[in-house]
Amino acid sequence: MEERTTSAGDAEAPVIQIRDLVFRRGRKTILDGINMDIRRGSIVAFMGPSGAGKTTILRLISGQLRPNEGSIEVNGQEISAMSNRELQRFRRNIGVLLQDGALFTDLTVFENIATPVREHTDLPEPLVRRLVMSKLNAVGLGGIEERMPHELSGGMARRVAFARAVVLDPDLMLYDEPMTGLDPIAVSTIRTLMRETNDALGLTSLIVTHNVAQMSRLVDYCYIIASCKIAGEGPPEELGSSSNPGIDQFMNGKVEGPIPFHYQPPGAPWGLLD
Amino acid sequence: MGITRLNRITDPIVQAGQCLLFLFRMLAGIRPSGSQILTVLQQTYLIGARSLVIIMICGFFVGMVLSLQAINALEQFGASDQVSLLVGKSLFRELGPVLTALLFAGRAGTSITAEIGLMKATNQIEAMELMAIDPIQRIALPRFVAGVISVPLLTAMFNAMAILGSVVFAIGVMDLDAGIFWSKLQTGIYFQKDFMGGVWKSFFFGGTVSLVAVYFGYSARPTGAGVGTATTNTVVLSSVLILIFDFIMTSFLT
Repeated sequence: MEERTTSAGDAEAPVIQIRDLVFRRGRKTILDGINMDIRRGSIVAFMGPSGAGKTTILRLISGQLRPNEGSIEVNGQEISAMSNRELQRFRRNIGVLLQDGALFTDLTVFENIATPVREHTDLPEPLVRRLVMSKLNAVGLGGIEERMPHELSGGMARRVAFARAVVLDPDLMLYDEPMTGLDPIAVSTIRTLMRETNDALGLTSLIVTHNVAQMSRLVDYCYIIASCKIAGEGPPEELGSSSNPGIDQFMNGKVEGPIPFHYQPPGAPWGLLD
Repeated sequence: MGITRLNRITDPIVQAGQCLLFLFRMLAGIRPSGSQILTVLQQTYLIGARSLVIIMICGFFVGMVLSLQAINALEQFGASDQVSLLVGKSLFRELGPVLTALLFAGRAGTSITAEIGLMKATNQIEAMELMAIDPIQRIALPRFVAGVISVPLLTAMFNAMAILGSVVFAIGVMDLDAGIFWSKLQTGIYFQKDFMGGVWKSFFFGGTVSLVAVYFGYSARPTGAGVGTATTNTVVLSSVLILIFDFIMTSFLT
């Protein structure tokens, strides 16, 4: 296994730097005082219970949402200060794999993968074809380019979406629950693709997930987000043996612990940080 | 309570404003490229050409029933040979554009709203935004333009089929003289006043229906119920708007 990356305290400047981030929806605080440093080339997971604000962090980094306070810098650029045009340019360098793939249902597999290429480059058609087919072969699906998305299994659709996300060789990959609803073989396939692509292209990958078992073998560094804050961070094996009862309960999937079974209305934190 | 009541009054105004802003956002980004023109043609086929059968069948029967009613009424004054004039005037000026637009709202408007709403529910719109592709330009604009192109063409087909229906009933069934039928139609219908009036209307109605359809699809809540409500709203609002705008345009055009 390659060298583990740690987030804080490295000499190399982090590719993503989040400082004192606060995000609210109406009067409800979703994220409060988040600080993160994410190193280039690492695979970082945001874990936590459903509804904890993991996907919100991804949306803040991609500029879909703007923070109420604090800053998010990617490659030294402040995301919230970007104009629409700058944001569009920034997004050309990120690849996103959404929860169910989000393939365009009216286009073939080939056209799905070709869409970002056609939109952002002036490559002649033979080159577009070669690029798309090389990505499709890389995910092990050469030969299905003329199929429609509804003809694919869940795992295949996710792999096509993966090929589409990396077709322009982005610097940063964002994954939102990339393995939800897949069978174990498809999970391993996607996991291998994520690791290999990350290392081969020197990407930085951020993964939102609540599945501890699927991720612990893949990621270099984890942030556990709960009660609007970072409840714990570190390499997955360290977190797995954490003495913090909240982290221990989440990482090891225990019913008993500070995270309650019953829903707590807003304003009554459930004590993961206590 | 007071605020809820006030919202009920202000909500439609806010929606109308947002719908117009949506139109400006669509039009502001028009940059005719090969792929955009191709998408417009594809959409014109999907929402226009595929609506042809229903439009033609309805047109034929509207022509037949108009002739039936007109002959019944005109016979009392011994003027049943004027039937083609009455059918032609009412068709080109009013019934052609209005009925085509209403049928188009039911056939194509609903499918546009449901398709865009489902794209939203399955994160396709979000995926597009994240790929730095403007979904308004890519999804909404081609459907809007295709609607503006399709409705006048469909109206022309509706009118042609209605005249054919009228011919079949008046000449074929009621045995009216074919020469009188065609000559009355030729001399009594004015190109600018009758025919073009209907053409302008159909452009406007095409724009109205497709704007309402893409707007409701785009602003639908991304759930099954949300898409259902948006689809219903498209039919209801575009039908009401067609009839209101018809009156307004008729009063200015005549």
